Amino acid sequence: MSAGDARGGETERAAVRDVDRSAVENADVCVVGAGPAGALVADRLAADREVVVLDAGPRFDPEDRLARQERAIRPSRDRPDVWDVGGDRDAHANSGEWFYPLNHARVKGIGGSTLHWQGMVMRLHEDDFASGTERGVGPDWPIDYADLRPYYAEAERELGVAGASDNPYAPPREEPHPMPAFEPSHSDSLFAEACEELGLDMHSVPNARNSEPYDGRSPCVGYGTCQPVCPAGAKYDATVHVERAEEKGATVIDRAPVQRLEHDADRVTAAVYATPDGEERRQTADAFVVACGGVETPRLLLLSESEAYPDGLANSSGAVGKFFMDHLFAGVGGTLDEPTRQNHVGFYTSACDQFYDEADEEVGPFKLEFLNYAGPSPVEEALTGDDWGDDLLERLRDGYGTHVAMGGLVEQLPRSDSYIGLDPDRTDDRGNPVPEVHWNVGDRALRTIERANEIQRAVLEELGAEIEWVAGPDATGPAYHHMGTTRMSADPDAGVVDADCRTHDLDNCWIASSSVFPTGGAMNPTLTIAALALRVADDVRERL
Amino acid sequence: MELTRRDATAALAAVGATGGIALAARREADGPGAESGEADRDGADPGTEAGGALSDDDTVRAAMIAVATVVYPEEVEGVEGFVDEFLDGRLDGSAHASGVRAAVGELDGAARSWHGAPVAELPESDRDRLLREVGADTADENPDGTLAERVRYYVVNELLLALYASPTGGELVGLENPQGHPGGTESYRRGPR
Ligand SMILES: Cc1cc2nc3c(=O)[nH]c(=O)nc-3n(C[C@H](O)[C@H](O)[C@H](O)COP(=O)(O)OP(=O)(O)OC[C@H]3O[C@@H](n4cnc5c(N)ncnc54)[C@H](O)[C@@H]3O)c2cc1C
Ligand code: SF4
Repeated sequence: MSAGDARGGETERAAVRDVDRSAVENADVCVVGAGPAGALVADRLAADREVVVLDAGPRFDPEDRLARQERAIRPSRDRPDVWDVGGDRDAHANSGEWFYPLNHARVKGIGGSTLHWQGMVMRLHEDDFASGTERGVGPDWPIDYADLRPYYAEAERELGVAGASDNPYAPPREEPHPMPAFEPSHSDSLFAEACEELGLDMHSVPNARNSEPYDGRSPCVGYGTCQPVCPAGAKYDATVHVERAEEKGATVIDRAPVQRLEHDADRVTAAVYATPDGEERRQTADAFVVACGGVETPRLLLLSESEAYPDGLANSSGAVGKFFMDHLFAGVGGTLDEPTRQNHVGFYTSACDQFYDEADEEVGPFKLEFLNYAGPSPVEEALTGDDWGDDLLERLRDGYGTHVAMGGLVEQLPRSDSYIGLDPDRTDDRGNPVPEVHWNVGDRALRTIERANEIQRAVLEELGAEIEWVAGPDATGPAYHHMGTTRMSADPDAGVVDADCRTHDLDNCWIASSSVFPTGGAMNPTLTIAALALRVADDVRERL
Repeated sequence: MELTRRDATAALAAVGATGGIALAARREADGPGAESGEADRDGADPGTEAGGALSDDDTVRAAMIAVATVVYPEEVEGVEGFVDEFLDGRLDGSAHASGVRAAVGELDGAARSWHGAPVAELPESDRDRLLREVGADTADENPDGTLAERVRYYVVNELLLALYASPTGGELVGLENPQGHPGGTESYRRGPR
């Protein structure tokens, strides 16, 4: 027990008891999952269709965000605690060569993982849709950049993206971002000199974060804890679209984990969901959109196996759960002999995409980031250590002030030995087998990390930094982007969904998630997830 | 450097007055994800665990101010007003507030038995010694832990969090917009002064 509040618990208990979680009659569309993918689909259809959204997690009280921020700062709290992730509900197994910290990588509840996310939102590059053709490795997508381009623009408006058109390496766009980009930081100006010497181009980065008031939401006020919580609501999260969908008439049911999808040979007939009272209920609908994220989406399909689909629902191709991918982090950090003014804000403002399209068979695409939060955060440092008073202040002053760091993300290729399965030996709080994460990475990604490190090192050396750490192939980790596990393919034998993100096997079932990505590129996925979700909504409407 | 009313407000804005917070925290071992109905059982008043009386708020304030003068650096002034105002927001009916009261009560108990007077009445050097005798210097904070860990969580770190999430506390370190403080989007762009 910590910063809890007995009265708060009372209120919450009442909320659990009083909420009506019955199924909605005559629903047109049932959306499973209230992260950005599900929320955008629901919002787009809610005005003229009967839409129900079921989410496994709770509806978080916006009033609690400061207390969650305290959890983010307090050393006694782990990151997953900030949004109540963990425990039996979220149990999972790890069996791959690489450990995957799944509960650091997701949030369950209304808003989904965007409650915790960083909010960097780039479009994929044209070549990312044709990796096989252009780079000689991996499958091509059955759609190309042009198919998604208008949806990208819409997604940027929906999320509220601050960006500029100063990036010569970004794919073509026809209109400016909805908000001006955040200005470069002081440390960006230090990096700029070094990059100029080395012939590297710096440019702004698109942020799903308000640089000015947008859509009735606050501009960024500089709390600096964007990841894992923005108390101001300046960082986009999917509660925005859940609320909008509800205003248009959608029904959103929280704490309603879908246990399985009932079906006949070519249609899903009902989503069976559990409720806190221990009951199971059935939501029927004409169309179903599964939007549970890149791990729970394949898990739900696998849990829905039947005589017709013995290997899991919509799994005639055998690809459900396969090809699990993430982006890997590459970084270098050190100190200068001058102030670098880090940790004022929790996001970065400059990047370098110059090397992205040099990708080939040997080295994948990667992007480079100039961080504004290198080195320790003094308030967090103050809460650990054996000192206080003047000694503590001296330690904080020594530790803060001169750090610099570059980060970056690299692509990993899809591999059939990297997958999400079901662990037969362990069950969750409802008695369902937990997800087994079997994550394998491959040499191309590791070579790409080395290549990114080379450039990062060169920049820091040019800056005159003393290099203190390198996140190279041995010290990398995932970026928490779950992709590939219900891949898109025009060929029903090679993928789970078609070019419209509708399952090949079932006529009325769509998947809105990065799980449909055949390859991952090296750009953060959520803008592409949002664009695909809007496109799914259009397809659902057309076919209903 | 002078701590002001604005600092106390800012510190509260950073970590939140605990009042009204519906965070029914769970024991770490249980992990979250359990239904919230179970959660408030864990939210039971930690004061009862301490097995002792909760200190009244004047005593709590006096003790917290006395500890603050030890754990805050010499150069900050206005500690009393700052802590008092910060506690206005924190000492409410929440379980967290009860945790603060209970930890202060136990710390005062230790002060009485080892030094013959409550914390607020000890000379500064004895207060420092007391905190170290309790073990709050080497303990990791833990709201459910040993006395040392609870004093670290509810007393020492409570005060350090308040200071270093405030603009004046940040400025002591050279960061006038510390994490947790909504200091706007100008400061990250400015060079050193
Ligand atoms: C720390 C962190 C930082 C990140 N930073 C970025 C970033 O900067 N840029 C970026 O593009 N992406 C980032 N991401 C990734 C981003 O958060 C995800 O890509 C995005 O949230 C995925 O959206 P989604 O709707 O597909 O899934 P999610 O947001 O994960 O939502 C899925 C929802 O489905 C619900 N659900 C799951 N199973 C069931 C079930 N059986 N029944 C009912 N409901 C279910 C869950 O409760 C959840 O609410 C970050 C993620 C993390 C964790
Ligand atoms: S810095 Fe991050 S957390 Fe703070 S207001 Fe801006 S977006 Fe929100």
